Order: sequence, then structure tokens, then C-alpha cells
Amino acid sequence: MKLHFDVEGGEFITAGIASSKVKKTLKQLGISPNIIRKVSISMYEAEINMVIHANGGIIDVEITPENIDIQLVDDGPGIENLDLAMQVGYSTASKEAREMGFGAGMGLPNMKRHSDDMTITTEVGKGTKVHLAFKIHE
Amino acid sequence: MGEILHSVKLDIDKCIGCTDCIKRCPTEAIRVRNGKAHIMDERCIDCGMCIRVCRNHAKKAVTEPLDKINDYAYKVAIPAPTLYTQFRNIVNPNIVLTALKKLGFDEVFEVAKAAEIITAESKRLLDDKNMPKPVISSACPAIVRLIQIRFPSLIPNILPIISPKEAMARYAKEYLMGIGIKKEDIGVFFISPCAAKVTNSKQPQVIEESYVDGVISLKEIYLKLVPVIKTIDQPERLQMSNSEGIGWAHTGGEGNASGIENHIAVDGIENVIKILEKVENGKLDDVDFIECLACVGGCLGGPLAVENAFVSSNRMDKIKKFNKNNLYKRDIPLFDHPIDMYWTKPLKTKQVLKLDDDMEKAIEKLEHLEEIYNQLPKIDCGSCGAPTCRALAEDIVCENAHIEDCVFMLREKVRDMAEQMVTLSQKMPPSISKDS
Repeated sequence: MKLHFDVEGGEFITAGIASSKVKKTLKQLGISPNIIRKVSISMYEAEINMVIHANGGIIDVEITPENIDIQLVDDGPGIENLDLAMQVGYSTASKEAREMGFGAGMGLPNMKRHSDDMTITTEVGKGTKVHLAFKIHE
Repeated sequence: MGEILHSVKLDIDKCIGCTDCIKRCPTEAIRVRNGKAHIMDERCIDCGMCIRVCRNHAKKAVTEPLDKINDYAYKVAIPAPTLYTQFRNIVNPNIVLTALKKLGFDEVFEVAKAAEIITAESKRLLDDKNMPKPVISSACPAIVRLIQIRFPSLIPNILPIISPKEAMARYAKEYLMGIGIKKEDIGVFFISPCAAKVTNSKQPQVIEESYVDGVISLKEIYLKLVPVIKTIDQPERLQMSNSEGIGWAHTGGEGNASGIENHIAVDGIENVIKILEKVENGKLDDVDFIECLACVGGCLGGPLAVENAFVSSNRMDKIKKFNKNNLYKRDIPLFDHPIDMYWTKPLKTKQVLKLDDDMEKAIEKLEHLEEIYNQLPKIDCGSCGAPTCRALAEDIVCENAHIEDCVFMLREKVRDMAEQMVTLSQKMPPSISKDS
């Protein structure tokens, strides 16, 4: 099954709605709590990144009996140095985002750690595509 | 045990089938069917929200009547500390405890004292650092059930320690048997502000058997205590607890008693859900301990309490202040015999939201659910008997409702049928001339 979400940029208070809906969907499908937690953490981080850095974007989720695939696409500023961004603690988040408790520099490392596969394609000035994949059976 | 017992029950005669309870239930466990509310056992967490919001008093927690204590030769009351805050101008717990004895109890042991012992044990477990952070308190049974149903991935974070009422019931029985009273003669009765604690005494999930023999609602005993309290000039020395244990009744009380600075205390089930969502998203790993309480104000706001939670909070402050200087405490070897304070059975996941055991079928149902949901008006009016349009769509795919249960869909169908009838009425039979 496929799910589609439009994410608004800068909406810190409501950020996380898409990952919350995906979480509920996974519970309705009877996916194991451990996988749900991994998807929740990764997808929430990715969604928050989209809100903080990219002025929103779109999320497409595909769930089959074997896999969960999540594509997050934005046309934001892109990531200048992906290796640096992958380092724990590195962040380019705004002062406003940091004051709200976001931007601790854990987003990308957390996404990588909790997903079974993560690929990022990014181009400065054009945007970023993130693909997160999870196997349903551990 | 197959059947799920619940303390929250419906008085069919009083229910008018309004939507107050279905709208406020945090687990969407209530539907209106045939003009009456219907509680879905597997989803109910006994939080008592429906009891609180029902304007017709159709929802009640089933507790034991006070007379039930007469089934036992030796009657023991174990009151929740919330009881102390229900009476105006009473700051000395000994007065309330003495009044309980005058009502017919042979012995009174405070749950607040057990809370202090549980606090010490919890602190020890937290210091071990073997548990995933943040550790979540297991004190509120409605929250434990909520996690089991809605946040099963957080089960390993729950502190696997028994509740203060269970600990006190164990200490009481061990002590009384130690001084020669027969086990079968001892009846331990918890005086409760909470519906979920009734359920968890009758059907404990994480221990083999509860030592609590009955639960009496605080509401019921309050009315009987008021005239007795007025007659007490010289209270007995019955209190053993300190401010820390008594404070457990209030939001933040458990965390404050344990001295864990890096903790969050959250009350009100909607607020708790928001915090648990954050924990599930991995955003609160930097917090050591989370105390979640289903009722606003903690146990002071329990659905079986009499006084307003905010008034009780004011009284709680006065009681705690009085107790800081009160050295008039009872000293008996109640805690000499150690008890097992840990869960002896694992808390199991309850996948009550699952649409089908077969994953492919579950996906099919979910796709169908989305299709239905997209046809519905999405205004969540509740007229169909489900709390939201989405819940109605879930009920339809689970064959527990029809799309025509939605008044808007029904009206649309009636209009279509009317249009068809008008079209039909304009078609003349061929035997009749069109000109005639």
C-alpha cells in the first residue's frame, strides 16, 4: 500500500504528523514493535529535517508484506557537505530551531543507525532526496 | 485468563447514547450502538475518562461495598494518600486513619509508606543503568495499559516494580501472619481514587496474584468518614509515612521523592500520549525518568475522588508541611519481612489495533479503509457512533459498521434514490400514448 504526505516547512509545532500517521498504519498492520520504533525514529528525524532545513516537501511511503520504503523529497537548499552532515553533533540548524530543541546534529546519524538502508542524493540549490528502507522481518 | 475484566461499566438505563464518552476515550474503545454506549473490552485501559465526562452518570467503576469487609475476621484498610486531601481543615493523617478504624477496620496501613519503600527500590534500579532511557514509571496502571496497547515498543522502558498498594498489601499480610493471624482471616482493602487500580487488583497482568482482597471507592467511604472524623478528639498514632510518600498522590510526587532531577512529570492522558509519542520517536533519550499519570493532578484527580484536584493539591501542600514537623509516628516492625517487589510475569504486547493476522489481508483492509475514509466527510461528528470518520472506516472494514451509518452518506444515498425514482416516474409504459 502507498501513502503520500505533503509536509509544510517551518511548522515546528505540527511537525511529525506524517511519521505519526505511518506509525499508526504500521500498528494496524501488526508490524513488530521493534520495527515500528526504528521506523518512527528514522522517519521522524527525516521529516523534522525537511521542516527545519528544506521548507517542507513530500513524503511517499510504500508498505509491502516484506518491506517499508520511505522516500522524502524536497526542493530545499541541499546539503553542502554530506560527510560532515553525517557526523554526530554537526548541525546547520537555525537559532530558532535550536531554541525549540531541534538541530542537535543527531538527525542523519540516527536515521542511518535505525534504518536497514539509507541513501541520500543531494544537490546544492536544488534539493535533497532521502530513501529509507526497512525489512519487516528481522 | 481469556476474559478481560474491567472496573468501568455502563449503566444502560442512564446512557442516552450521546457522543461525550466516545469523543474523549484515549484508545477509541467506545462506540454507540442501538442508542447505547458499548465499551470494547480489549481496548479499554480503565483510565476513567468516560466516567469523568459522562453527564448522565452512566459510566461507573465497579468497586466493593464497605460491607464486604465483614467477609473477613481481620479487616485491614490500606488507604491511598489521596484520601487525606479530601477533607477540609484536616492536615493530620492520623485523624483520617483513626476514623477508618472506627468504621470497622481492625488495622490501617498507609499506601504512602509503601510508596517510600518502592521509591528506594526504583532509585536503586535506575542507578544500575541497565534499563533503556527514559525509564517510565509503572505506578499508574492506566498508563501501563496504554503503553501495552498504543506504544508497545516502550514496554522495555517501564519500571518492572509492583505498585505501592500491592507492596503494602504484601507487607500487611506477612506482618499479620507473623503475629499469629491466619491468612484466610485477613482481608486487605485498598481505598482507591482510581478505576484502573480496581482492575489491576482483580486481574493483575505482571504478577501471579494480587494480595489485595477488595477495592473500596474513595467516593463511597468519604461519605461514611465525614461524620466519624468530626467525633475524633484524640487520634491514634497510626501514621508511618512522611511527606515524600504522601506526595506520590500528586503529579511529580514520585520523581520528587526519588530525588531524580532529570525527570519529566506529565499528567492528563492526552498530554501523556504526546510525551510517549516523543519517547517513541527517540527524542527523550536524554531524560532519566518519566512519571506519567492518566488523571490531571495525578491520583488527586482520580475519577473516584470527591474533591476537585486543584483544591486537593492545595490541601496536599498543607498536609506535607504539617508532616515535616510531625514526629508523632507509629513504629512497628511491619517491614522486617522482605517482600518480592518485582514483576514476576512479562508485560505482553496487545496488538488491538491490528486489522488482520495475515499481513497481506491487513494491507488490503487498510487500502480499503483509506478508500472509505476518502468518501467520508472527515468532520468527525460522531453521529455514526464512532469517535471519528477514520474510526468509522476502520469499523466498516472490520465489518462492525456500514457506510450508511454516516448520516451524510445516508442522505446522499437517499438523494440518489429519489433522483432515480423521479427518472423512473417520468418513463411512461409503452401501452400508454405519450400524447394522452
